Amino acid sequence: MALYNNTVMEHFMNPRNVGEIENPDGKGIYGSPVCGDMMQITLSVDENEIITDAKFKTFGCGSAIASSSMATELIKGMSVEKALELSNDKIVEELGGLPAVKIHCSVLAEHAIKNAIYDYAQTHGRKYAGLEGYNPDAEHHDDCEGSEEGGCQGCGNGK
Amino acid sequence: MKNVYLDYSATTPVKEQVVNEMIPYFTEYFGNPSSLYTPGLEAKEGLITARNRVAELINSRPEEIYFTSCGTESDNWVLEAVAEALENKGNHIITSKIEHHAILHTCQHLEKFGFEVTYLDVDSEGFVRPEELESAIKDTTILVSIMMVNNEIGTIQPIKELAKIAHNQGILFHTDAVQAIGNMPVDVKDLDVDFMSMSAHKIYGPKGVGALYKRRGIQIPSFIHGGAQEKKKRAGTENTAGIVGFGKASELARMNLHSHMNHSSKIRNMMWERIEKEIPDIILNGPKDFSKRHPGNLNIAISYIEGESVLLMLDFNGICVSTGSACSSETLGTSHVLNAIGVPVTKANGAIRITVGDNTTEEDVDYVVDNLKQVVAKLRELSPVNGEKGW
Repeated sequence: MALYNNTVMEHFMNPRNVGEIENPDGKGIYGSPVCGDMMQITLSVDENEIITDAKFKTFGCGSAIASSSMATELIKGMSVEKALELSNDKIVEELGGLPAVKIHCSVLAEHAIKNAIYDYAQTHGRKYAGLEGYNPDAEHHDDCEGSEEGGCQGCGNGK
Repeated sequence: MKNVYLDYSATTPVKEQVVNEMIPYFTEYFGNPSSLYTPGLEAKEGLITARNRVAELINSRPEEIYFTSCGTESDNWVLEAVAEALENKGNHIITSKIEHHAILHTCQHLEKFGFEVTYLDVDSEGFVRPEELESAIKDTTILVSIMMVNNEIGTIQPIKELAKIAHNQGILFHTDAVQAIGNMPVDVKDLDVDFMSMSAHKIYGPKGVGALYKRRGIQIPSFIHGGAQEKKKRAGTENTAGIVGFGKASELARMNLHSHMNHSSKIRNMMWERIEKEIPDIILNGPKDFSKRHPGNLNIAISYIEGESVLLMLDFNGICVSTGSACSSETLGTSHVLNAIGVPVTKANGAIRITVGDNTTEEDVDYVVDNLKQVVAKLRELSPVNGEKGW
């Protein structure tokens, strides 16, 4: 009997890729402590546009931490192009499933990675089909649980 | 692995003496208490003893005790029955913002049928301000319902004073005392309340049994309709074994009240002293004056981390606590109680509730605090949020 399966628990208790890369090629933050979830992803990308390293720091519940750990594991060694295709469904699948109410945690991980790649693309003058029309802050509020009355102050979407 | 249960406000283990007294009512005295032959009368005898014991715990008359299936049923019954009975007098009910959902959701239900509910604010420690109750009363007010002890932050309300304010205006007063009985002296005559909800499983009794105290002479309609049980006020064949268990638990709670209170508060205080000294950036939610707080309750907001991860990591080490956080179990949303006392959402997300009880030992305190320190340090290491960043 457990809230989460063994894979999720393993990634929660022993998370991979914890930390912050110094002078990263890309950095993305998604969510806010007001919403109960916040992820920061930093990336190292080489000249062939391969993600050589990924690290995370996450404020959140067990599944948010496990999703961050799994997501960073999955994108390490991937091309940037390929990493942009990483969906939250894939993260959930690799984790062996999450409870229905926790699926949004995997969405946060997907967005945090996209934001980090967006930052990389902006600072390195790259263009990717997967980022076309992408606004790093736009969809955040949809995932934000926030408080009932307060809305999400953290993402600036107010009441 | 060591197991340390620290969620006595959620439920308690059933005491052995309670179980022993219940068992014959499943097998030997299995008769329906409404039956007139000997096995029925034997079962009925069990109910009589239990009723006497519950009454003695709260200094009521036995005939003022009505057994129900739980505290929630008692709360539902009072609100709906008073609303129905006094519909012609008025449609206004006063309660507080920090009540249990058994009260809040029943009030919301009544609002759909034209009742008006005032949800009183509380101060930063969760106390209802008597003057605010006084000014909320209208000509149409028919009931005031304020919980005696808050389940999350342990605030003990000045019930006697609040009941007096209601009575001065001729208004009925109910209190949800589910967290209070067995944890503080409760005397319905002294408090002068009209209705009081209780539950067995918070006082080392079984789940599935509660009671409503209803002052003699007040007439309210039934909530569960059917047979003539509980003086025609609460139909349904009695949960004989459960009620017998509630009776025994009440007797033990009365006899052990002071040792239980002393033990709980001693352990709780030891735990808080160490936590306060050894873990930085934490806030104690609820009354700072521990004499106005549930003897076993601590509610702490741990900055920069999220409550469910704390719960999970502690559980991994055999320690059970609960959270008031956004990510807790099924309900994604911060605690309405912490919101009402003004805890910022960022801090409420990192809140945990620790409630100690009879089986918590001094050795547990060290095991728990040592573990909590490690868990907090590990999760803060993982967190992108810290003091410097201003959250």
